[in-house]
Amino acid sequence: MPSRLLAQEEAAVPDVQRLLVQFQDEGGQLLGSPFDVPVDITPDRLQLVCNALLAQEDPLPLAFFVQDAEIVSSLGKTLESQAVETEKVLDIIYQPQAVFRVRAVTRCTSSLEGHSEAVISVAFSPTGKYLASGSGDTTVRFWDLSTETPHFTCKGHRHWVLSISWSPDGKKLASGCKNGQILLWDPSTGKQVGRTLTGHSKWITGLSWEPLHVNPECRYVASSSKDGTVRIWDTTAGRCERILTGHTQSVTCLRWGGDGLLYSASQDRTVKVWRAHDGVLCRTLQGHGHWVNTMALSTDYALRTGAFEPAEASVNPQDLQGSLQELKERALSRYNLVRGQGPERLVSGSDDFTLFLWSPAEDKKPLTRMTGHQALINQVLFSPDSRIVASASFDKSIKLWDGRTGKYLASLRGHVAAVYQIAWSADSRLLVSGSSDSTLKVWDVKAQKLATDLPGHADEVGPTLGQRRGRDYTLAVSLLPPHLPSSSASLKVYAIDWSPDGQRVASGGKDKCLRIWRR
Amino acid sequence: MLQNEYIELPRKRYGYQAHERSKKAKKMIGLKAKLYHKQCRAEKIQMKKTIKMHEKRNTKQKNDEKTPQGAVPAYLLDREGQSRAKVLSNMIKQKRKEKAGKWEVLLPKVRAQGETEVLKTERKKKARKRMVTKVCFVGDGFTRKPPKYERFIRPMGLRFKKAHVTHPELKATFCLPILGVKKNRSSPLYTTLGVITKGTVIEVNVSELGLVMQGGKVIWGKYAQVTNNPENDGCINAVLLV
Repeated sequence: MPSRLLAQEEAAVPDVQRLLVQFQDEGGQLLGSPFDVPVDITPDRLQLVCNALLAQEDPLPLAFFVQDAEIVSSLGKTLESQAVETEKVLDIIYQPQAVFRVRAVTRCTSSLEGHSEAVISVAFSPTGKYLASGSGDTTVRFWDLSTETPHFTCKGHRHWVLSISWSPDGKKLASGCKNGQILLWDPSTGKQVGRTLTGHSKWITGLSWEPLHVNPECRYVASSSKDGTVRIWDTTAGRCERILTGHTQSVTCLRWGGDGLLYSASQDRTVKVWRAHDGVLCRTLQGHGHWVNTMALSTDYALRTGAFEPAEASVNPQDLQGSLQELKERALSRYNLVRGQGPERLVSGSDDFTLFLWSPAEDKKPLTRMTGHQALINQVLFSPDSRIVASASFDKSIKLWDGRTGKYLASLRGHVAAVYQIAWSADSRLLVSGSSDSTLKVWDVKAQKLATDLPGHADEVGPTLGQRRGRDYTLAVSLLPPHLPSSSASLKVYAIDWSPDGQRVASGGKDKCLRIWRR
Repeated sequence: MLQNEYIELPRKRYGYQAHERSKKAKKMIGLKAKLYHKQCRAEKIQMKKTIKMHEKRNTKQKNDEKTPQGAVPAYLLDREGQSRAKVLSNMIKQKRKEKAGKWEVLLPKVRAQGETEVLKTERKKKARKRMVTKVCFVGDGFTRKPPKYERFIRPMGLRFKKAHVTHPELKATFCLPILGVKKNRSSPLYTTLGVITKGTVIEVNVSELGLVMQGGKVIWGKYAQVTNNPENDGCINAVLLV
C-alpha cells in the first residue's frame, strides 16, 4: 500500500527533491524501514502511510514532528527553517492524537443557585454523570446534569468544605472540611456512607483515592492536612489505617500514584515519596526555595477516570458497566497506555516561582527546573495524554511546558488577575482557566491562543447574554469591556472542572452560584 | 458588732438558728409581705445568675454553631487576602520609598553608638590606637596594616563570618556566611570598619536557599538586618529583608 501511494506521487511530479525518512514513536522505537518521500508531502499523506505501517483497523489521527517542529503544511516548509542534511535518514516522530474531539464550550447554559456561601470546590464524577460541589456554607450539593437542577443537599460538615474527591468508580464522594473531618457520600441517594472520619487536628488540604487498577473496590482514601500528616483511611471499616508523619509543616498537596507510591508536597519545601501499602518513606525530593503549593502526576487523568474511556462517551453519561475484574483490567490498560515506557513523572509548583520535573520512582534529583513565572504558581496539571504541562500562576499567565523534558513551550496571556485553577479537556486539545478576575477562558493548546472568552461570574450582564445562542452571543462578547468593573472583584472563580466526557465545564466562585457551560 | 468568741456565743447559747427567713416570710401578711416577697424574688434571680456564671467559667463552652464568613478554597487559606485598595497603597508607598532612597528595614530606630562605646582608646607612646569593642566582619582577604600605621584594632575574638538568618515568611533559620556589612546606622566610619551592632544591614550568601530569579538565575546575595546585640550574645541573629 505505501509503495503504491508513493508511486502515484512519483509519477505526478518527477523533479521534486526526495528525502529518506524513518518513522519513530515518542519512546524512540522505529517503525518500519526508511523509505523515500518527496519534500512537499503533506501531513495527511504521511498519516495514511503511517497508519498503513501501524496496521491499525481504524485510522488514527496523528501529528508529525521533525526535531520538535510540527509538520503543519508540508515537510518542505518545516525543513526550510531547520538545517537538515538531505543525505542522512530523517527521523519523523509521530504522536497519536485522541480519536475523539472535544468542542470548546461557548455559553453558560445555567447558573445553579443554592449554596448560601462561596463555592470552593467542584468535581465531576469519573464518568461525567454526576456533579458535586462543596461550599463555605458547610454543605455538599449534588446536581442533576440532564435537567441542570439541584439533586441532593448533603449536610454533615460543620465548617467549610475545602476539598472533594470522587472515587475512581464514581460510586462514592469523599469531602474534607476545615475542621479536619472527612465524610463519604453516595451520589445516587445523597446520604452519608459510613462513619465520619476524624483524626486530623487541622484542616484538610487534599484527598486522593487509591487507583482503580490496584483495587477495584475503591476502599482506601488518603488525606493530607495542615497539621503536617497524611492519613490513609479504610472507608469500609471507617477508620484510619495508617498515619504518615514526616513533614514539619502543612502538607499542601497529595497524589496517589499508580505504581503503589504516594506523593505529598508540603510547605516545608520538600516533596516526600511514600510506599502506599506499608507507609514507609522512600524518598524526599528537595530543591524548592519556598512552599510547594501543587503537584501533578503524568498519569493523573487516567487515575482519575479509572475504567472510563472518554472516547466511548455518549451524550447521556452512564455508570460504568462490568464486573470488578473487567473494570480493573480496563483501568490497568488505560493507565499503562498513558504511562508509556518510563516511570511516572511528577511536576511540583511552588511559591518560589519555579516548577521542578521529577522522576520520583528513580531519582531524588530533579530532571529539570522550569523557571519563567513572575509570581507564585497555584496549580500545575499534566494534559490527559501527559505530553504537555500547564501551570497557572498569580502573575496572570498560564505557561505550557513539554511533559517529557520540561522545556518551555508557550505563555497564554489574557487574564487580568491571578489565575486560580485550570482544567484540561479529555482530548488534550483545550484548556479552560478560571481566575480572580471572575472570567473563564478556553485556550486552544495547539494554536497556543485563546479559543473562547467566557464572561464568567459577572453581574447581570453575564447570564442574560448566555441565554442567547450562536452569533448573538459572540457579537455581544465583543461589546463587553475587556475587563469588568471593580465590583466584580468579589466574584472570583474559585473552582473549575471539565467533565471527562467533554461536554460540560462547571465553575464555582465567590458569587455562590455554580455555572455550567456547554458548546 | 460581735467579734471573736462573741460570735460563737449566741450560737452556743441559742443553737443554730435555721429557717429564720422562712419563719419571717411565713408570718408576714399584707403590704409588708408583698414588698418582702418582691425583694426576695429579686435576690433569688441574682443568686441564680451568679451561680450560672461560676459554672460557665469552670466548663469549656462549645464554639458558636455559626461558621465564619469569607470561605476561601484551600490554596488561599494560608495567604492573607489583600484587597485592591491595600495593594495600590502598598505600591504607592513602595514608589515613594524608592524615590527617597530608604530601605525597608525592620528596626527603623537604632540607638546610635557613640565613639567611646565602640572604640576603646589605647595609648602607647605617641600613636593613638583604638580598639573596637563590638563584633565586626573583616572579609576573607584581610591583613592587618603594619603596627606603626594601624589606627583601629579589630580583635580576632570579635570577628565573625557567619550569621543566623531567619526567613520571615518561612519562619526558618539558616546559618549563612556574611558577605559584607552594607550599612551601620550609627556612623559611616563603622560601616567601613565592618562593625556589626543591632540594626546593621549586612549582606549574606543565600545560595543554599535555592531562590531563583525569573530567567533562571540563582540569587546568591541578599540583605539582612541584625536583630540582637552580638557583643552580648556571641552570635549574630538577623532577619532576611525580602
